[in-house]
Amino acid sequence: MGIITTVSTWLIPCFLLLVLSIAQWKKLPSYELFVEGGKEGVKLAFSLLPFLVGMLVAISILRSSGALEASIGLIAPLLTAIGIPPDIVPLALVRPISGNAALGVTSELIATHGPDSFIGRLASTMQGSTDTTLYILTVYFGAVGIKKMRYAVKVGLLADLVGIIASIIIVTLVFG
Amino acid sequence: MVNLIWAFMAIVGIVYAMFNGTMEEVNKALFESADEAVKLSIGLISILVFWLGIMKIAEEAGILRVLARLMRPIVVKIFPEIPKDHPAMGYILSNFTANIFGLGNAATPLGIKAMEEMKKLSGTDTASRSMITFLALNTAGLTLIPSTVIAIRMQYNSSSPTEIVGTTIIASAAALASALLLDRFFYYRSLRRKE
Repeated sequence: MGIITTVSTWLIPCFLLLVLSIAQWKKLPSYELFVEGGKEGVKLAFSLLPFLVGMLVAISILRSSGALEASIGLIAPLLTAIGIPPDIVPLALVRPISGNAALGVTSELIATHGPDSFIGRLASTMQGSTDTTLYILTVYFGAVGIKKMRYAVKVGLLADLVGIIASIIIVTLVFG
Repeated sequence: MVNLIWAFMAIVGIVYAMFNGTMEEVNKALFESADEAVKLSIGLISILVFWLGIMKIAEEAGILRVLARLMRPIVVKIFPEIPKDHPAMGYILSNFTANIFGLGNAATPLGIKAMEEMKKLSGTDTASRSMITFLALNTAGLTLIPSTVIAIRMQYNSSSPTEIVGTTIIASAAALASALLLDRFFYYRSLRRKE
């Protein structure tokens, strides 16, 4: 773990060093290029804004009304029947929709059940093994103005499902 | 489909609130989340400016091209539509590298840049095959070290905060492999439908 943390902290500064050294060696106007590229960043952040507002508002309506919780309650017995622990169900359903909400659920599960319990380990694995599909779709497609997403949503959500099932199987095998 | 999901979330939420008596919470959450989204976008400015600035230098210096050439054998198979040595390849690889090392901050601007390059190739507002493959890989999560989760586990005094790294990598690999397979499956199905 120590090595990995060190690599992570050294990586960006060393990458910077490499890029700037090569730019100097090739006699490129590095500062001007930086500013030029950076200007795109400002434009991008503003073009993303409406996409994020739209998506986060819809998710918050679903959450704050209690509809998300209620639908989880409905599906839970079904999932328990096929061997999925009921405590983990909210996390599995929230993970692809909202990264912040999922992180909240994970912390709460770890706090209640303990990090070294079965649920704690399962929640940790689930949280770490997939990314927030809806957020990634919003940001990446939004930034370049893609309107027709075709089968992207299906692929993303089905891959999440596989990740969730895989987490349950693996954690059961390793720690069960 | 995203239009459907988006409207569905809001409609279901509002109708549910009518019967559940949570309209007050919904009304409050509406404006709080809009505010949160703006803060998130503004927060992205610093990261986007920094990384796009650095990557502009890297691109001009030819670093992205070298990176693309190194990993070409594998990536060409995953993205058959992108020409060899195209800058999109360099950005895709940089995005993967950043993700693997858990540098989410750096991964997003690089991913957007990769999407931009892919859009230049397709030239329409319809998602291209390569774009969907790229997104599928990103949504499946490429993280090798789940640093946030490890931090939470440490906070709650886990006796072994990193013990879940192994299971996370395996679950992640399963999601990744299935994302690639699903992507292929739906792509070939969409081809057949067109005929």
